[in-house]
This record gives sequence, C-alpha cells and structure tokens, in this order.
Amino acid sequence: MGQTLAQKVYEEHVVRRTEGEPDLLYIDLHLVHEVTSPQAFDGLRAAGRTVRRPDLTMATEDHNVPTLDILSPIADPVSRAQVDALRRNAAEFGIRLAPMGDRDQGIVHVIGPQLGLTQPGMTIVCGDSHTSTHGAFGALAFGIGTSEVEHVLATQTLPQYPAKQMSVTVDGELPPGVSAKDVILAVIAEIGTGGGQGHVIEYRGSAIEALSMEARMTICNMSIEAGARAGLIAPDQTTFDYLAGRPHAPQGADWDAAVAHWSTLRTDDDAVFDREVRIDAASLTPYVTWGTNPGQGLPIGASVPDPATIADDSDRAAAESALEYMGLTAGTPLREISVDTVFLGSCTNGRIEDLRVAAALLKGKHVDADTRMLVVPGSVAVKLQAEAEGLDQVFTEAGAEWRGAGCSMCLGMNPDQLKPGERSASTSNRNFQGRQGKGGRTHLVSPAVAAATALTGKLTAPADLETLLAPTHAAPIGV
Amino acid sequence: MDAFTTHTGTAAPLRRSNVDTDQIIPAEYLKRITRTGFEDGLFVAWRKNEPDFVLNQPQYASASILVAGPDFGTGSSREHANWALLDGGFRVVISSRFADIFRNNSTKAGLLTVVLPEADVEALWAAVEADPALPVTVDLQTEQVTYGSTSVPFVIDPYTRWRLLEGLDDVGLTERHLDDITAFESRRPAWKPASLPALPTR
Ligand code: SF4
Repeated sequence: MGQTLAQKVYEEHVVRRTEGEPDLLYIDLHLVHEVTSPQAFDGLRAAGRTVRRPDLTMATEDHNVPTLDILSPIADPVSRAQVDALRRNAAEFGIRLAPMGDRDQGIVHVIGPQLGLTQPGMTIVCGDSHTSTHGAFGALAFGIGTSEVEHVLATQTLPQYPAKQMSVTVDGELPPGVSAKDVILAVIAEIGTGGGQGHVIEYRGSAIEALSMEARMTICNMSIEAGARAGLIAPDQTTFDYLAGRPHAPQGADWDAAVAHWSTLRTDDDAVFDREVRIDAASLTPYVTWGTNPGQGLPIGASVPDPATIADDSDRAAAESALEYMGLTAGTPLREISVDTVFLGSCTNGRIEDLRVAAALLKGKHVDADTRMLVVPGSVAVKLQAEAEGLDQVFTEAGAEWRGAGCSMCLGMNPDQLKPGERSASTSNRNFQGRQGKGGRTHLVSPAVAAATALTGKLTAPADLETLLAPTHAAPIGV
Repeated sequence: MDAFTTHTGTAAPLRRSNVDTDQIIPAEYLKRITRTGFEDGLFVAWRKNEPDFVLNQPQYASASILVAGPDFGTGSSREHANWALLDGGFRVVISSRFADIFRNNSTKAGLLTVVLPEADVEALWAAVEADPALPVTVDLQTEQVTYGSTSVPFVIDPYTRWRLLEGLDDVGLTERHLDDITAFESRRPAWKPASLPALPTR
C-alpha cells in the first residue's frame, strides 16, 4: 500500500521505533516564542540540561508585543517580564532571537516561511497550535505544549504516534471574491471543530493547487480549528518558486538536491486516507462566523441560525449560549450585523497578499465613520514591504490605523483589545468568548470581507460594494 | 511529574461542549513565567460572570474530577490550561472527546484525561447532579471509573499508562537513546536549513 505525503515525511524522521512505545521523531526546526517557553527553559536549568541544537531553533517575540511605540520598553510590567525572560533564555542557551525592533521580528508562523527556514519535508514544531501553518510547504508541522518544548530543546526529538490520515479535496475554481479563508471556514463548518481530531489533513485538488503559498498558509493555519494537529499541501513549483532566493533556502547544488527530494513528496496514488472530504470550489461564497467557535460559520448571504432547528443536544446548547454571548437574534441576516472594529492581521491573514487584497478594496474610499480598522502586519518584513508598495498610505488615507508587527488583537495579550460588548470582524482564527478582549464578540472573516466590512460598518462581501457604495448622483434625475 | 495510580474525589458536572483553552484560562493569565499559580485564571470569565456556574456552587467547589462535554480543550496549545486545572485542584478530566494537544499536554503535566462514551458521561452527570457528594474513583491500574454501584472501563494507551503510573519524565526516557539521535543526525542531508548563522531578511 502506498503512503500519504504526511506518512512519508513522518517516516523520514523516525529516529527509533520499538513495539509498545511511541516512535521517537526527529525535529528539523523548533520555533520558540515568549509565552510558552519560560517554564521549559526553567526545566532545562533545573535539570542541568542544555539546548541540543540551538542551530535548529529560532525565537521571536510576538504575542505580547505592543503595536504602537514599539521601540520603547513594554509598558505592561508582566508582558515585559515575559519578553525579558525570553531574551535572557535565548542569550544563555545560544538561541537566535528576533526581538522587537529587529528586521526579522514578527509572528512566529510568518517569519519561518519568510526567512526560508520552513521548507518541504521538514518536521517543525512550536509551542503554538498554529504551527500547522508551515504545512503549506509540505512540512509536517504541529503545535506542542510547554513540556514538549522542553523535550525538544533538550533532545531535538519528540515521542509521537503516527496520526490518522484525512484528505480534504477542493476541486474547481473559486468564484471571484472568494479566498482561501472562505475555503477553510467552509471546511470547518462542514466537519466541525472536532472533525479532524487525531488526523493530519492533506489539502488537495485543483483549487488548492491553484493557490499561492500565502493562501495555502491561510488554509493550513486553521487546520487546528478543524481539530487536526497538522494540515499540509504537497510541494510543487509554486512552493519552489516561493522559496528560491530566501535567506535560508539551499543554494547551488544543494538547491538541486533539495528540489529533487522535495519533488518526491507526494501522496502515492494507492495511498489510503482514513477519512475523505470533498468540496466543490465553485459552490463557495464568502464565509463568516456567527458563533463562538470556528465551526459556527455560514455563507455571508445566510441568516443567524435558530438553535431550535439544531437536532444535536450539545450543538443546540452551544448555539444558544453562543447567540446569547454574541448578542444576536436568530433570523437576522448576517449582512445586517454592524461591527465596531475591523482587525486585519494575525498568522492567518497578516501577510503581504492579505494586505494587498484589503488595500485594493479600500483605495480611494473611507472606512465607515462608526468603525475603527486596525491593520497589523504579520512581521516587520511584511510591514516594510507594504510601506514600499505604498499600502500604508492607502490604509491611513482610508482612515485605518497602521500598526507595528505582532499577534495584536488576535488574542489581546497586548493593549489591542475589544471592550466588553464590542463586536469585530477579524481576519484571525478564533472567535472564542473573550479571545479578543473580555466580553468582545468576534466574527471571523477573510481580508476582502474585512475591508468591505470596514467600508460599510456591517458584515459585507466584496461583491456587495458595487451596489452599496454606488454614488447617489448616478440615480436618474428628473424623470 | 507526580505519579498517578488511583484517585477518589467528588466530581463537577460541566455540561458544556467545545470548552476551549481560552475559556479554561484566558490569555491575560498566561504572562506568568512560573509553572504554578494559575488557579486564579481557571474558568475565570464563567466564575466571575455566571453565579450559577458549576464551580460557583458550594457543593462542587472542592471537586477534583471534572466531567465535561465533548471537544474539551480545543484551541491554543497552552499547557497553562492543564496547569490551571491542576492548580485548581483537579486530577482528572472526563469527556467523550478531547482536543489532541490538550490531551497530550495532560499526560506530561500529570493530569489524567479519561475518554468515556457520551452515554456514560451523561450517566455520570446525572449521578453527581443527584448527589454532589458521591465519591468517584478513577483507577488507572484497573482502567475503571467507579461510582455508587457503577463501574465503567476506559482505555488508555499502555505506554502513557505506564509513564503516568511510574511518574516518569519523558526527557529522561529519551536521553537513554542519545546514541540513536546522534546516528540519525549524522544521516541528515547537508542542505537541511539551520537558523544559525543568522542570515537576515534583506
Ligand atoms: S497571530 Fe494569533 S493565532 Fe497566530 S500565533 Fe499569534 S496569537 Fe496565535
């Protein structure tokens, strides 16, 4: 029987296999950030251990960093202590760190690909569930807890069991205005937040192959929201083109050897998946969430669902409590929901292409008077690129706030938070209660929907703008 | 890590599905750099805003077994969620389905996660709602949850069970195989990337 892509990558990294024990899996790259690492470094110190491979480890500051005034010390003393701990630990253990103000600083899942450290066929871990993002390159990448961070620091390996295999095939062509974010929100709405549990998801099909690397990262990023620990896409020419010339990409003969190997990383025709899901790309529309878990999403043309129509007891109870928390009434068209804040950013949609899509819609227009829009690039490099292209001008002229790089309002560990009862349209990945600030209400959307929503103040599909923003003088006069 | 053999305590019925790690402990409580002291963040939004939240009810205040709905522990990989449950006095969480990372973290932190079929979870909910003081025993040696005259078997993979019973630390176990790791490293292709020396973005 053939192997899936994920199985091939897994098998290439088995250090030791013994009956009755988990496999010992070698880790090619370990990414580290300030929130999930301090206790791991303390554990090393307490046991007198060192970091086995500092050269396969990379740290950055992202979760706590302010997005304003980034060159001053962090005002919040607790956030500052956490960032300072990372700096001390990186210095003590010889780990490369991209601190605030550094050209390479940014959200951990944005900087790995950007530096070319994320490559096909690798095993990549980080104390962060969205490590699945790196699967876009055909890497087996998954989030781990702090005890495992310590284990990888000490041994560069992890005890693992092989995962079950799931395929999500998206064939056909995406309609205009429908993006990778809509695809993954639709997938999660279809299979549920537990649907991928125990599985690695391979995304395949013509619609996936047609996506750019950044769009592929958006999809793999949210595998965790579907319950899967990892998601991945077979590497192809799009992948190789993205990597060529990046700082840590192989060069010369090494490049040729690497590409030759990467080209073998495809699921065999006779491989068997434990579960298969098929989605018709042409049937998709922009998706938005209405509830408090990412599986509670619907096409933007739909209305807030009536919990009474949900058969499953726990799903119905979840929908009832979600509507109460979200302050929504069953039957309200999603397009009539007004938002206070639009957040464009995060490891899901804080890359240059996301900013370009939003800027194209905002250009020459103005954000709704009652809505604030925060634009937070995923990394310093994204920020500089956007500024070189003049996107920052477009955003600020439209009345949006242009900020420094980091996680920001994705989880509100820095000052960027929703106030109680405030409602956001957010390009991030989690609409959990209180995620963006205590009492805050989150609707997950694509960058295009975020920009369109910022212009109207209500959840809006990009295609709606033509009618909604049509100049009034175009109406026939004097009839 | 403390060994886990068997535990007897009272159980709190958390009739909610999809309890994500942001609900177990919100981000603002993750800034501490120690491994303990997270009890103040445990379910804090529900504890503060919902007077009838199960852990606000005096009869469940000293529960050490949490019985939750399906898809417990979804979301972020924060092991702080597991630490907060331990700091809050819980030794066991029972659910019909756990998020993978949460479950994995539990086995490292010494919190036992027990998967029971949904019907058994329902029955346990009903029992501890009828009698909040009912002692519930979770025995890892015999792989049984017992309360009143009911015994329900559960399954856990033998290796994890052995580690928990012995209270063994994974790093120490892996260090027995350093030779295998070194041998594997000598076979890695030379073109695999390294973060050092630093080659910054131009
Ligand atoms: S952007 Fe959000 S989801 Fe991504 S790493 Fe940061 S906090 Fe986590």
